Amino acid sequence: MNVLARDLRAAARHRIGWLLPLAFFVAAASLFPLGIGAEPALLRRVAPGIVWTCALLAMLLAMHGMFSADLADGSLEQMLLGQRPLTWLVSERVFGQWLLAGAPMVLLAPLAGLAFGLPGPAVLTLLASLLLGTPVTALLGGLGAALSLGLRHGSALVFLLVLPLAMPTLIFGSGAVLAAMNGEPVQAGLSLQGALLILTALVAPPLTAAALRIAME
Amino acid sequence: MDRHAPTRWTTFASPARFDRLAAAVARWCWAVALVAGLAGLYVGFFVAPTDATQGEAYRILFIHVPAAWLSMICYLAIALWSVVGWVFKVRMASRLARALAPSGALYTAMALWTGALWGQPTWGTWWVWDARLTSELILLLLYLGYIALVESIDDERRAAQAGALVALVGALNVPVIYFSVRWWNTLHQGASISLTAAPSMAQQMLLALALCTVAFWAHAIAASLTRARAISLEQEADR
Repeated sequence: MNVLARDLRAAARHRIGWLLPLAFFVAAASLFPLGIGAEPALLRRVAPGIVWTCALLAMLLAMHGMFSADLADGSLEQMLLGQRPLTWLVSERVFGQWLLAGAPMVLLAPLAGLAFGLPGPAVLTLLASLLLGTPVTALLGGLGAALSLGLRHGSALVFLLVLPLAMPTLIFGSGAVLAAMNGEPVQAGLSLQGALLILTALVAPPLTAAALRIAME
Repeated sequence: MDRHAPTRWTTFASPARFDRLAAAVARWCWAVALVAGLAGLYVGFFVAPTDATQGEAYRILFIHVPAAWLSMICYLAIALWSVVGWVFKVRMASRLARALAPSGALYTAMALWTGALWGQPTWGTWWVWDARLTSELILLLLYLGYIALVESIDDERRAAQAGALVALVGALNVPVIYFSVRWWNTLHQGASISLTAAPSMAQQMLLALALCTVAFWAHAIAASLTRARAISLEQEADR
């Protein structure tokens, strides 16, 4: 059973599921100019943080129910019993979800950046920082989804569990964009984000697999 | 129950033996917390001299500092006991971890609240996005996440193991969060108020702080043991 191919095929047939988080991202980001006023200098200053925060929330929205369909139709038990290592299946699933929700968001974010009046280099840095940061949020979201699988208030729980853990990548990501706006070097922030991505990619899938086993016992 | 069985380090993993030990220890700890707390507050508020720079406002330190210490120690203790409970399959250790969480959250909230009360007269503001304050706020969120997760799982084993995983991930993340918040703060805000430059303290101040710290430790132990007994009784009744 190839999880990645199956997920992508299912998403191609059922588009609304993965388009919803993108719509949420656009809607949430466009609330801020209405709330704080359309003054260009102000919008430019707060743009990195707003785009990053909205992307983070939209990613968690896309991730929080990652395993619930598998739980409902029994395929999760087959994944646990199957011969292929659960950690690998989890990684495939997270990668597939990132391709569906994270990659379009990375491509959409520069538009949001331009709408907020970000200059060219800052838009490029925003793209790079989201490319490094959205997989981190996808991996953490997968861990939260596994921990809260089948629980009451499961989705709210994922947000409460994951948001504190996702703060470092938000800090470095929006920090790099701010540095680019001020003409400072962006390497430090992006390197730290890369380090966080490597660390999370190594640690999160085995923990997610462990959490799934705990949930299914 | 054989009263003459030899005492090993696993003896108190038995809920019945734990309950008797916890009842005895908690009784003493409640007494120590009460006596040391009253003595510490008396020395702190009536004996210790007025601070040269901060006036009387500094006296909230005797509550603020022990609360902040205990808020961090309780989280580490949760991580420790829940890992012991998970690895050695000891129910009682997991229950102790679960019992520690409300105390830890309480001290974190107290540290934030007293910090705001202290910040208003001395810094002129209730809150600054200083690295330490922000980390303490994130610690409160970690506590709330742990409590929410454990409380929403009905099965005791699953609650203990999922809680252990969250506590472990949180404990490993605390340094990462602290340093990233510090980096963010120094990058975007310039030098803010430094809390690290501690002027030399008078003897009575140190005494009051020591007494209050003892009181907070005793309260943490007493409250979590009492809560662990209650959790244990509840779970054993269900079995």
